[in-house]
Amino acid sequence: MSETPLLRISDLSVDLGHGIRRARVLHGVGLAVERGRTIGVVGESGSGKSTLAKTIVGLHRVATGSIVFDGVELASAPRATVASVRRRVQYIPQDPFSSLDPRRTIGQTLAEAIDPVGARQRRHHTRIVESLASVALGEDAVERYPHEFSGGQRQRIAIARALAVDPDVIIADEITSALDVSTQAEILRLLEKLRRERNLTMLFISHNLAVVEEVCDEVVVLLHGRIVEQGTIADVFADPREEYTRRLLESVPGGAAFDVTAPVVTAAVRTMSVRGRRRLFG
Amino acid sequence: MSDRRPRRIPASLIAGLIMLGLLVVIAVVAPMLWGTAATAVTPDTRSAPSPAHWLGTDDLGRDVLARTLVATRLTLVMAAAATAGSVILGVLIGGLVWVGPRWLREGVLRVIDSTVAFPSLILALVIAAILGAGTASAVVAIAIAGVPSFARITSNMTGAVANRDYVGTARLLGVPRFRLFTRHLLPNISGPLLVLIASSFALTLLDISSLSFVGLGVQSPEFDWGRLLNEGLPAVYSQPLQVVGPSVMLVFAGVAAMLTGDGLAVWLDPRSSRAARAKPTRRGPRGTATRPEALVEVRGLTVRAPGGKTLVDDISFEIAPGEILGLVGESGSGKSMTAMSLARLQADGVGVDAEVLRLDDLDLLSGGHRSRLAKEIGLVYQDPGSTFNPALRMGAQLTEVARVHLGLSRRAARDTLSDGLGEMRIREPEKVMGQHPFQLSGGMLQRAGIASSLVTDPKLLIADEPTTALDVTVQADVLRQLRRLNREHGTAVLFISHDIGVVEALCDRVLVMRTGEIVERLTAEQLRRREVDHPYTRALLAATPTLKTTPRPIEEHDRV
Repeated sequence: MSETPLLRISDLSVDLGHGIRRARVLHGVGLAVERGRTIGVVGESGSGKSTLAKTIVGLHRVATGSIVFDGVELASAPRATVASVRRRVQYIPQDPFSSLDPRRTIGQTLAEAIDPVGARQRRHHTRIVESLASVALGEDAVERYPHEFSGGQRQRIAIARALAVDPDVIIADEITSALDVSTQAEILRLLEKLRRERNLTMLFISHNLAVVEEVCDEVVVLLHGRIVEQGTIADVFADPREEYTRRLLESVPGGAAFDVTAPVVTAAVRTMSVRGRRRLFG
Repeated sequence: MSDRRPRRIPASLIAGLIMLGLLVVIAVVAPMLWGTAATAVTPDTRSAPSPAHWLGTDDLGRDVLARTLVATRLTLVMAAAATAGSVILGVLIGGLVWVGPRWLREGVLRVIDSTVAFPSLILALVIAAILGAGTASAVVAIAIAGVPSFARITSNMTGAVANRDYVGTARLLGVPRFRLFTRHLLPNISGPLLVLIASSFALTLLDISSLSFVGLGVQSPEFDWGRLLNEGLPAVYSQPLQVVGPSVMLVFAGVAAMLTGDGLAVWLDPRSSRAARAKPTRRGPRGTATRPEALVEVRGLTVRAPGGKTLVDDISFEIAPGEILGLVGESGSGKSMTAMSLARLQADGVGVDAEVLRLDDLDLLSGGHRSRLAKEIGLVYQDPGSTFNPALRMGAQLTEVARVHLGLSRRAARDTLSDGLGEMRIREPEKVMGQHPFQLSGGMLQRAGIASSLVTDPKLLIADEPTTALDVTVQADVLRQLRRLNREHGTAVLFISHDIGVVEALCDRVLVMRTGEIVERLTAEQLRRREVDHPYTRALLAATPTLKTTPRPIEEHDRV
């Protein structure tokens, strides 16, 4: 830990909802990511992993704590500084079907990433084609619309859009969970290649522990908005100190620790939180 | 992906557009041809219909038919102007609130809500009365009165779009707010908006005419249809034909706009062309069961999409009593189609045929026996959040099968289910039945769903990706439940999943499907030892990430 981390989050708490529905979703979360490292964030639904990602990119307001990116404190820095710093942190959302505007061509979508105000496609044509080429899509994609692409191709376009900005940090929020396994493997390979080529720092959010094991250097385990365990993959996965981490690992089907004949846990009725309900029923 | 076949233009749209076209032609040419006839005062007052004056003349001797036709221009122009006013203002307000700060949106929407509660015509009357009678003020009044409802609807439509990821991403990239609106929000609501504009034009037409009719709109010597009705009213008993002309034109224009709107709505809605659900058909001679010992026998099953595309291509398999058979494959492999055809729940328009499709002694190709089918096959779906009706308590929904198909009384059904829930290791089953679905977690709902599908003691349980929507610890639980039920009750299970790891952990036998075909048949043992032949199965296994690290074991008594 000689280098100063590129991204440092300290004692971060976040509230979501408004009025009486306001509830704390993250409680004093702290983590540090060094340049070029990939850190996995795992947890089950409602653990706050997506909230963490969205807070870093500025979609949610910070209640307490700080997010420091490359020496700049995002909550207190002047607006213009934050805006330019934010472009160096790119977010890739989960759903490839809702992340691209159906009414805009791929070229227009990428032009907007490069030049958010003018979105002049012709001027940035070379850069757009380069970005598409980096995710193995041809120049013909420029004039086409999202519905002409498969889920995996759309996710590659979303990656191309994030990379077109030339960021330092990529926040990948469950980017393969809507994809088939072979497409998932292809996207993960592509991401790994791009990460090495560009020395990207990555926050990789996923509920799939096997994928996290494959992709990440370090891992953070979230439960109900708190970090229960963090460390290198090797340490945490081989020797989990928390009972919850162990239960997660033992629940992965296909893993050596999974036992389908293990006794079933008795489920007690627990009245769900408002947030839980909304998650399930929209 | 989404197929963009050119859809047939609905008849209502064609009719509406022709009628509107006719009106526009009249509006353009009528004042040129009959302008003088419509305004020239003649001594021939209040005449009855004649070859010279088809609808007679008014109290100043002007030809009523000519006046009616000439009035088309002013009426349509006013209605169009008022509609345009409401649309532009309404869309700007309703759309822009979504790119502004939250407090502004909440405030504006509350104001709009309260104005929507006010009838728009009354609002228009008040505004017109304040502005004073006249053509311009009538247009302004109607336009303003139409703004709230447009703003409301636009804001609802925009809200749905504004929550999509591409808008969030554009925001993150630093796209200015107004650009966000013109680039992403407006184009994505333009379809339904167009429909709305066409329909609201008809209402605006009536509102404008009403204002003129009560004397607040167009003033003499100008005239529109409303004004003509107003002038014809005093003589309505002696000269009823004088009001017929403008009335017919009003109805005609209104119908034209309505037809156009409805036609547009049908045309833009991709779900508008729907075929009925077809019965499965038998291909070739009645097949004889070659494997009588099997519980389920499927031979030559073929499923075709409404367009004729083959989704499942001539597959055959059996399920032995008490066996867990896994169907694994990626999206588009036809695994769900196979399962749904077995339960005869294929989607509308999908064609199913087979040589043999048999469950125990039930020939699934001969139709009928819906009720037995419901008893013999239990179904567990992917998304527990949408399987249940959120408005009803769990008890009513869970006991439905027992009450309808087993004919049990409410009390008996509740008791049966209570036992079933208990068996699914749910503490306090009675409490679960008293709750609404949204009060329960996804895992609990899935357990309850399984319990209810087992009430009839089915021979086969079809589970279509039952754990895909669940968290990993809950998934492990549900898999263990299915395994235990299968072992204790001997219920055969057809388990569909995209995850070969899940299938490997649970199933006795596995069929690997790809583009509608079974490419490999494996026993669980073969799969576990990776004794697979087909390259696709190998690719699937290679692509599936598995946990390589095994957590260090702990003492048994440490476990919960």
